Amino acid sequence: MEGIDGSGKTTQLALLAKWLSAAGHPVFQTEWNSSALVKAATKTGKKKNALTPMTFSLLHATDFADRLLYNVIPPLKAGMIVLADRYTYTAFARDVARGVDRRWVRELYSFAVKPDLAVYFRVPIDVSVDRLMARRVKLKFYEAGMDMGWSTNALESFRIFQGKVLDEYDRLVDEFGLSVVNAVGSITDQQRVFRRLVSQQLEIKNQDEVVDESA
Amino acid sequence: MNLPEETGTDGGGKPGHYYSYGIPYLSMGNYPGKLIAIEGTDGVGRSTQITLLREWLEVQGYGVIETGWTRSELMSPTIDLAKSSNTLNKLTFMLLYATDFADRLEKEIIPALKAGFIVLSDRYIFTALARAGVRGVDRTWIRNLYGFGIAPHLVFYLRIDEKTLIRRVLQSRGMDYWESGMDMKLGDDIYESFRAYQRALLKEYGSMAEEFGFRVLDARRKVDVIQDELRRQMAAFLAESDTLSPSQPAKAE
Repeated sequence: MEGIDGSGKTTQLALLAKWLSAAGHPVFQTEWNSSALVKAATKTGKKKNALTPMTFSLLHATDFADRLLYNVIPPLKAGMIVLADRYTYTAFARDVARGVDRRWVRELYSFAVKPDLAVYFRVPIDVSVDRLMARRVKLKFYEAGMDMGWSTNALESFRIFQGKVLDEYDRLVDEFGLSVVNAVGSITDQQRVFRRLVSQQLEIKNQDEVVDESA
Repeated sequence: MNLPEETGTDGGGKPGHYYSYGIPYLSMGNYPGKLIAIEGTDGVGRSTQITLLREWLEVQGYGVIETGWTRSELMSPTIDLAKSSNTLNKLTFMLLYATDFADRLEKEIIPALKAGFIVLSDRYIFTALARAGVRGVDRTWIRNLYGFGIAPHLVFYLRIDEKTLIRRVLQSRGMDYWESGMDMKLGDDIYESFRAYQRALLKEYGSMAEEFGFRVLDARRKVDVIQDELRRQMAAFLAESDTLSPSQPAKAE
């Protein structure tokens, strides 16, 4: 699941997980930047605003590697459906928006497992801002891209930064064949599209397994 | 990007410039500083040599800055924590070290090169490449990862043989879990595992000597003999480079 803050992807992911579980699929969820290992460093760095785009990128890659090895590969081996709230594409979009080399960051993540399905919840910046404001979300320093010094106003900085992130996501859609969901529509409409994408994927999977068994 | 074709992901790179893709928001101009890496395994006397070399350079009027491996303010606590809990796997281990290196590169090394210092680096990316190589991490991946590293002007590799290395490590600080390769579970016998690891490490350094143009120094000799050779080579290098020329006081006759 990919998308900028305020795209509603976390809501969509929760609904999807409910649906999959109800249908009897074993589900495992993992979230971007959540491993205990790098929490200390991220916290120190963020508190002191000491992270550069490169160390920011590398810390997230470390977190990702840790989760990949503990929270992604084992559940996949156990035949579970892993739902990742953000995946490598988040790094490709954010790090490049911060000025990290596009090729370098792709090669950095070349150890990642290619997802069976990557869904991008596309939303214009205005909609995302409205949603975050409605929830009275306080824009965080790095999420708003304030480390880049483009604006001292958090909201203004968020708009500039996330605008660049959206441009990168658009590039990723073609490059990696992300499935795009229009995230402006109603929650139910989006969920319907999302479930259709996932069930197509599960049908493909089931067919593969049938073929494997007959072989 | 100011360095497209000439530097591949493999090979020595142009001194003072990025090995490969680099950091686009920090372009490396022809900065006056010099980056000198002192590489070698544990127990070769790197820090003693660096202290002496620094003293000698400063007497001549050169500004010197030292940098080490895994000493960044940002990452030191995390690396120590991760090492002590043994929850690291080789991939996260490599990435933590790369993060630490990036932090020091951006905050210490590049600013110092810009300002015209001689940067003496106690270990450099080759330490990471050697440890990765021994652990079977993909060669291309690890070299690309460190593609944002700056190629040093000189790399001195202090080399010792396996037997000397093992004795010196045991004498100095004993066997560290990670740096002795205990994570690799090379065998039940701790000493044998340690020995196999050190041997593999020496082999990795050996193979990089050509790839990155190391100046190899026999580190089994006496401290002052090694130091003389270091100074001789540094002096020759500094004489050739015109960007750093400290004002020389008139020599007393």
